[in-house]
Amino acid sequence: MSIISSTRHTTATTTSTLSQRLVAAIGASILGACLVYFAGFSHIDAVHNAAHDTRHSSAFPCH
Amino acid sequence: MIKRIAQTAGFTGLLAALLLTLLQSFWVAPLILQAETYEKAPAAEVHEHAEGAMAGHTHDAEAWEPEDGWQRVLSTTGGNLVVAVGFALMLAGLYTLRAPTRTSQGLLWGLAGYATFVLAPTLGLPPELPGTAAADLAQRQIWWISTAASTAVGIALIVFARHWLLKVLGAAILAVPHIIGAPQPEVHSMLAPEALEAQFKIASQLTNAAFWLAMGLISAWLFRRKSDDQYQA
Repeated sequence: MSIISSTRHTTATTTSTLSQRLVAAIGASILGACLVYFAGFSHIDAVHNAAHDTRHSSAFPCH
Repeated sequence: MIKRIAQTAGFTGLLAALLLTLLQSFWVAPLILQAETYEKAPAAEVHEHAEGAMAGHTHDAEAWEPEDGWQRVLSTTGGNLVVAVGFALMLAGLYTLRAPTRTSQGLLWGLAGYATFVLAPTLGLPPELPGTAAADLAQRQIWWISTAASTAVGIALIVFARHWLLKVLGAAILAVPHIIGAPQPEVHSMLAPEALEAQFKIASQLTNAAFWLAMGLISAWLFRRKSDDQYQA
């Protein structure tokens, strides 16, 4: 009995961890993409001017 | 888990941004500054051949702009930091799905990042010095983002898919943006001499390669270190 319950417990933990991990991975990627977009692709002039050299150096489209 | 992602991304971004800033300051930025001397040259010389092509290149005179010197270096460092932390967040996020088993695996992740965000987009849109004519900005940005996305999906399928058909599909997705082609300007023109542009392309590629390899290595090392801490606790 104890074996069965422990197996169940492990399975439950693994599935919830997998979906949690997926959410974390997607969330982190979206947040990261927003940061890169803000510094590298934003059309706000002041942001463009500040990160100008970053944009050119990273070969982001600029101007 | 979220703390682990945040810590890995934060420290990786910080260290990689410092490396990037260092390489930029000594190698890339001097080339940009040199190119700007041509860009800011007396209008009479410049506008004869470049007026039409450079129409899109206007800066709002009232927008804030860092002054050359420490202000510019500082704001570039800030830009690098935001970009590096952003990329590191993506890496750390992916590590929660596919944790690197060795720190050296980070090199492969870095290589994939370089291919996705530098190599593939620059095949169509090479690194440009200020004063180079280019197609509409929004169109280039869309092409750049689509290329990066399709390269990421393509590489992921080629590396992780088990079925050969999916790997072939990955290679096809990889090629699509290059078959469509990047938006090109109607007239190619450049204010800086070609030798300077060639030098800039090499500087930009090598700097970005170093940046991405460092990102991969540092992030894999930190991510694994954090997991060791977890087991000890």
